[in-house]
Amino acid sequence: MKNIAIDDRGYYGRFGGAYIPEMLHANVEELRRNYLTMMADPDFKQEFDLLMRDYVGRPSPLYYAERLSKHYGTQVYLKREDLNHTGAHKINNTIGQILLAERLGKKRIIAETGAGQHGVATATVCALKGLKCIVYMGEVDIERQAPNVARMRMLGAEVRPALSGSRTLKDATNEAIRDWINNPEDTHYIIGSVVGPHPYPDMVARFQAIISEETKWQLQEKIGRDYPDAIVACVGGGSNAAGAYYHYLNDERVRLIAVEAAGLGVDSGESAATSQLGTEGIIHGSRTLLMQTEDGQIVEPYSISAGLDYPGIGPLHAFLIDGKRAEAISVTDDDALAAALFVARQEGIIPALETAHAFAALDQMAYGPDDVVVVCLSGRGDKDLAAYSSYLDSVPLNPA
Amino acid sequence: MNRLARLFAEKKKDVLNIYFTAGYPTLDSTVPIIRSLAEAGADLIEIGMPYSDPMADGETIQHSSSVALSNGMNLNLLVQQIAEARRHTEVPLVLMGYFNQVLQYGMERFVGAVAGAGIDGLILPDLPAYEYERDFRRLAEEADLQVSFLITPQTTDNRIREIARSSTGFLYVVSSSSITGGSSEISDKQRAYFDRIEKLGLDNPKLIGFGISDAATFRTACEYFNGAIIGSAFIRSLAGQESRVAEASREFVERILQPQEQ
Ligand SMILES: Cc1ncc(COP(=O)(O)O)c(C=O)c1O
Repeated sequence: MKNIAIDDRGYYGRFGGAYIPEMLHANVEELRRNYLTMMADPDFKQEFDLLMRDYVGRPSPLYYAERLSKHYGTQVYLKREDLNHTGAHKINNTIGQILLAERLGKKRIIAETGAGQHGVATATVCALKGLKCIVYMGEVDIERQAPNVARMRMLGAEVRPALSGSRTLKDATNEAIRDWINNPEDTHYIIGSVVGPHPYPDMVARFQAIISEETKWQLQEKIGRDYPDAIVACVGGGSNAAGAYYHYLNDERVRLIAVEAAGLGVDSGESAATSQLGTEGIIHGSRTLLMQTEDGQIVEPYSISAGLDYPGIGPLHAFLIDGKRAEAISVTDDDALAAALFVARQEGIIPALETAHAFAALDQMAYGPDDVVVVCLSGRGDKDLAAYSSYLDSVPLNPA
Repeated sequence: MNRLARLFAEKKKDVLNIYFTAGYPTLDSTVPIIRSLAEAGADLIEIGMPYSDPMADGETIQHSSSVALSNGMNLNLLVQQIAEARRHTEVPLVLMGYFNQVLQYGMERFVGAVAGAGIDGLILPDLPAYEYERDFRRLAEEADLQVSFLITPQTTDNRIREIARSSTGFLYVVSSSSITGGSSEISDKQRAYFDRIEKLGLDNPKLIGFGISDAATFRTACEYFNGAIIGSAFIRSLAGQESRVAEASREFVERILQPQEQ
């Protein structure tokens, strides 16, 4: 694959585009016309960089994980997005989008959220800018990610339950889109991943690209070369992965590993392993891989992880996987839980359930002793303590 | 001649278009609803292909769609039902759905199947203009299917002109930028929007949709363009009417078309 980039209609190869009803056209078009110029504006850049440093706490460390390295017999580095303000990579994108929304004169912000990390990151930047914030969240996720619901409310956001379908991320996204259709004038929709109609996948990837931008110079400092042999990231919609890959997309020396949630198992009927179970179609305005029936009805996904419980993937990832530039690995609920416990006890870091899938993928990979493997540690696990506690109750003591 | 073309050639005012979701309230409601709406005086009928994730639709159509899907509705069955309805009525029929359903069925196969069953027009709200012009327009024209597009208060004049050129059927004038199902009075802002469209002097027939729910809003809408589309209000009137969909359909049209009280 040569020169991976988006074309002017918003396609990566066959994937992407903007399949939206006319009711969304004006808003999406306004964004499409403005995002690149606004992002290139020196004022924008200055404010973005300052907030990234002093508010988010960037650069996020690239940490050499000694005990994990020993265990796997390879060189494991963790890109510590969990140390960002609000505890995940999601804030990189919401800072960027709130600055755009402000410059577009929007007064009201809406968002969807699965794990609640994107909702918290959106509520945070809305508080920062004094903008009204409404977050749609599936009823199931409101229950399983309760700490994040409390955080959003504390920050002044209104959390509205999505009651349709599987009452998870897909349904929250539908509700956010409907809200935008109903509020076409003063509202900006901050999508939380590299999904949705063009320009969202490209815009969100550019905001998350800071992850690999830092990785480059951090690796240079640490190992004397600016690229790893492999990058491992979990993929819900694919924003932390897109950011971790971004500056290496055209560097074929770097293996890109996309880790999906297998739920109870890829063939169990309760899964979210989109690249294996999906076929080409349209979801949330984008042509990509998605889980669907022969009739084109979208299938309800399942994963223990609210952030990976999505029946599609961003068009960039569909393109990378379809073109064999990225390799997809899928990880079950049980393997993710075991990996979370293992990492907590090896490194003293409790990862988010989403990120735990990326760690579990290390067990399925082969490497040499000198290989440099960067794992995108997309978020911290505080929000998942309820799931981890009940897991602890169910396993023998001190399995590690 | 295409039945839609004939309708708009013969009738310039007060065109009543009723939308329903195929497979709601029961799997075999399609034929009795179409026959009964047509007999009671609906000029044109829009059949919604139920979709799992209807992103432009409000609660009423989301609900009817999910009921229809759990009843077992699918495109192959719907094509058979439409062909059956066609044996009884010459009312123009428009099929509305989300583009993913068409993609999975196969564009060419879809166009052939629905035209063969007696459909006259299509509305695919999330089919992008360039993809329509590149892949779809020729197929639809060869099958003599008219394709309608939506315009909204946010659509600029230039874009309305472009959309009007692409539209081979009526223009679907979304009354306000809102998802289906809201019931609203026609506001000053909407009147200004209708006036703006009027001034463009487009040749396409125009129907107003979204938020038309009763005889009063239907009559007001008809003052502006060629007629109006009623969807959610009709679907709501079918709730609990599983055993008498034909009667409920007739009663609904009669309520809309009742003579104006002085
Ligand atoms: C910590 C964390 N990682 C990963 C994800 C998945 O999103 P994405 O694939 O866009 O990075 C989420 C989503 O909620 C998350 O909270």
